[in-house]
Amino acid sequence: MADGNGNGGLTGLLNDLSEQFRSSQVWTSIFRPGSPFRGGYSDSPRNRSYVVMNNVMYHLHPVKVKRHGVRLSYTLCLGGLSFFLFVVLTITGIFLMFYYRPTSPQAYLDIQALATDVAFGQFVRNMHRWGAHLMVLTVFLHMTRVFYHGAYKPPREFNWVVGVILLLLTLLLSFSGYLLPWDQLALWAFTVGSTMGSYAPVFGDSVSFALIGGVQISADTLLRWYVLHVLFLPFIIVLFMSVHFWRVRKDGGVSGPL
Amino acid sequence: MADIPEDILRRSAEARARAEGRPVEEVLAEMTGEAPAASSPAEPAPAGTEPAPAPAPAETAPAAPPVASGNGGIDVAALSVETGVPEAILLRATRARAKHDGLPDPTIAAPAGGGTAVATAPPPTTTAPAPAPAVPEGVRTQRLLTVVKAGAIQQVKSEPTDKVSVWPHLLAIEFVALLVILVVLTAVSIFVDAPLLEFANFNEQPNPSKAPWYFLGLQELLAYFDPMVAGVFIPTFGLIALMFIPYIDRNPSIRPSDRKLAIMIFTFFIVAAAILTIFGSFFRGPGFNFVFPWRDGIFFDDLLTILD
Repeated sequence: MADGNGNGGLTGLLNDLSEQFRSSQVWTSIFRPGSPFRGGYSDSPRNRSYVVMNNVMYHLHPVKVKRHGVRLSYTLCLGGLSFFLFVVLTITGIFLMFYYRPTSPQAYLDIQALATDVAFGQFVRNMHRWGAHLMVLTVFLHMTRVFYHGAYKPPREFNWVVGVILLLLTLLLSFSGYLLPWDQLALWAFTVGSTMGSYAPVFGDSVSFALIGGVQISADTLLRWYVLHVLFLPFIIVLFMSVHFWRVRKDGGVSGPL
Repeated sequence: MADIPEDILRRSAEARARAEGRPVEEVLAEMTGEAPAASSPAEPAPAGTEPAPAPAPAETAPAAPPVASGNGGIDVAALSVETGVPEAILLRATRARAKHDGLPDPTIAAPAGGGTAVATAPPPTTTAPAPAPAVPEGVRTQRLLTVVKAGAIQQVKSEPTDKVSVWPHLLAIEFVALLVILVVLTAVSIFVDAPLLEFANFNEQPNPSKAPWYFLGLQELLAYFDPMVAGVFIPTFGLIALMFIPYIDRNPSIRPSDRKLAIMIFTFFIVAAAILTIFGSFFRGPGFNFVFPWRDGIFFDDLLTILD
């Protein structure tokens, strides 16, 4: 693989080394045939198909999509960005879990410590918070985009229903995280939100009791919503997301063109 | 001929052999083109006309106007079945057009297969009358008239769709979108701290106390309706109605011009929700009373740190 463009020694040597490295057994065992990271990748229709088929992406994307579907102005990537934000929130959320204890008053102190004692603690918390607001926004915009394109029409009706459930779960995830800093904002915003549940007819008191884990908000409420926030709701939303993504492909990919 | 299934060809050859009193193998060889056509006078059928249904879809022929198309002949009977136009009218139209074009009468020419595999007796107007077929006693000649409808066997309809490879066309776009949102999120997170007020105090309720911003539309509704209506019925009904949209809106078109009503209704609710949320966020102050944000200040804790 000596370079033929006359750049000479060093570039050629580096190219040689890089090619040799990317063709080594260890490297090729990591990247499946057709991967552009492998040595000797050539841009052919067959290899382009392999990039998708031999990849975890295979579960998300088909090998080919309608040309109008890749137009940025059609989807604005809103669904994909919602999923990406979910991934960002999962990663930053795991980081925060290392430094957070869902007890009173420790929860509040831990959040304070994030800003003072933990490297990048405040930054990661900011990302988690603003990312959560952004995700509510992108999920909502994704829904309106889908509506205006009529993308809920047969055979995509059920995926719309799953999408509405995902919107609800996104709101619940955001709301359940709202209480965790255990400050005045968290406590009273949560109070207003959870009081709405208590207006339910007949079951109002039971709903309220279940929501706050007692007759009034306490450290038990904190633990309850912590578990909902970091385990239960993410678990449920991942299940629904799987169905959602799977149905997108099964129902024929992006709808349209208009 | 090559695409006629073996067994159909065989059956057809057997039938013809029986009719003409010739050995099956000879007829079969002739049909498959391995032997020259027997110059028997008992062979009135034009060459190339097989009593076997060809699997070609019938749709290739009938859409054209009933004019002889190069092949020299036209099968009015089959066309009549195909289009539903009475045979006599078709015949007249074809003749008239041929006359107008100065062509020989196409209905007289031998049927040339086309999309429909048809075996018809030679038209009676042929100049040289064919000699009576030498059919053995007791054997009846069967003529087969078959119109193979498209879709009856197999609908091979390849709709050309304009597709591109996901790699690199879609993945590159998605990657850039991902980077952009990550940069925005990182920048905001560097410069704007998430709010953290004082330690939770059950004895000191801030005034006003507001829900998270995405619930402020509902909280705004609480100012107008009974809590049971605003807090339970409206959100529950709203969610259910949202889920049922695909089953309520039965209009199959996705073109915006065809679905003005649906778009109008949806837009109405989206705008209403946005207005309620903005109103609840910025225009509600202490006691959840109406305020002007530019005169009385902003009472929206979610935004406090951004504004500081």
